[in-house]
Amino acid sequence: MSNKNESLGKTIGVVLALCLVCSILVAGSAVALKPMQEKNAALAMQRNILNAAGILEDGMDIPAVYDERIKALVVSLEDYQVLPDKNPKEFDNRKAAGDPETSKRLDKSEDIAGLGTMETMTEVYLVMDESGKRNGAVLHIRGQGLWGTMYGLISLEDDLNTVRGVNFYEHAETPGLGGEITNPSWVKTWEGKEIFGDDGKVKFDLVKGGASGEHEVDALSGATLTSNGVDALIDFWMGDKAYGPLLEKLRKGELTNG
Amino acid sequence: MASAKEMKSVLFGPIFANNPIALQILGICSALAVTSKMSNTLVMCIALTAVVACSNLFISIIRNHIPSSVRIIVQMTIIASLVIVVDQVLRAYAYEISRELSVFVGLIITNCIVMGRAEAYAMKSTPFMSLLDGIGNGLGYSIVLLVVGFVRELFGSGSLFDVQILPLASEGGWYEPVGLLLMPPSAFFIIGGFIWVLRTFRTEQVEPKE
Repeated sequence: MSNKNESLGKTIGVVLALCLVCSILVAGSAVALKPMQEKNAALAMQRNILNAAGILEDGMDIPAVYDERIKALVVSLEDYQVLPDKNPKEFDNRKAAGDPETSKRLDKSEDIAGLGTMETMTEVYLVMDESGKRNGAVLHIRGQGLWGTMYGLISLEDDLNTVRGVNFYEHAETPGLGGEITNPSWVKTWEGKEIFGDDGKVKFDLVKGGASGEHEVDALSGATLTSNGVDALIDFWMGDKAYGPLLEKLRKGELTNG
Repeated sequence: MASAKEMKSVLFGPIFANNPIALQILGICSALAVTSKMSNTLVMCIALTAVVACSNLFISIIRNHIPSSVRIIVQMTIIASLVIVVDQVLRAYAYEISRELSVFVGLIITNCIVMGRAEAYAMKSTPFMSLLDGIGNGLGYSIVLLVVGFVRELFGSGSLFDVQILPLASEGGWYEPVGLLLMPPSAFFIIGGFIWVLRTFRTEQVEPKE
């Protein structure tokens, strides 16, 4: 193998041939598997939404149930109108939040959840009962935790005030401490709590030791910063800057036929 | 062609006699990161074994044509391509687990076992033996990870493969989970214990006192 291998021509030849073969392999697998991956991602999101809405059961046909029970709308978060030219099936909330066209920079003083920028349009999921009547809504929420952004969905009863469920489907909190935001028994404590006080302001709170009343949930022990983050993101997203006015509109029965 | 005995020692040697993690102390990083659950651990083991086996095979096939001046880059290119393919396959067929493993699948590229076997074995051996060596080392890595994963999930979460074995105190049972085991450093202790036990039975692995 000696010197023949070490010549400049052979070196370049081998490297080029290798790169060609490897790039075909990589590109081929990426292209061939892409439809499957996108299907998986969409399915995972539908699963999360059904889970938050409390409809999810083991072994159900997720896409079919989703189509039947969930009505997705893309809504502007500036004037709170339905945007009919956006297809909910193609809309990606995460992409909208990252795209300068569809997001805006938040002022430090109003950015309590540590978002930096927020989307100017979002996807809202209306939950339908079997007869096709609205009986709840699922909304995207996110905010800074201890180690990174926590992404979740919150599901509200038809009064758009009482919590039906919450599902933080992506986060990087410490396992066993902040990671307990996904613990089913803690999530259960949210059920039936009310977000807004009588004056229409967000009153929901995570408190240390002995939550009482319809606006309070126990904070996670050993995870103060995570709990603060969850508290702040609820304040932000349910507040006037985000979903507050939208929920008001929905309560009045507007937007339903968007 | 190598004898059956040699093939056997190449394939099974790395499991206890020459374990890449326990004896050579290679590839520790991912052993810490992905072993908090058995299902993640198992997928990681399969992914790594597939990458080592294939990279050994391909590198061995072209070993007589690799110019020594760029051999590391050539090896890296092959390994990186294989890792990307494995990552894509996981995303398509094991979506949930690939999300939990996230960046660690990509980090197989930097796993010392893969480069180590390519450089130390595949560059001088026939393709078939290299393939066996890759599978053997993958198995050696897997056994350590599975032991660590078993201990961490059973005592850290009271479950195995997400099936609850020990009823948790927080859900009305009697078992108070050891939170430390869910944190990466605990894997260090378990690997240390594994090495201790292994060297108690195989005293030839004990390093001489300096």
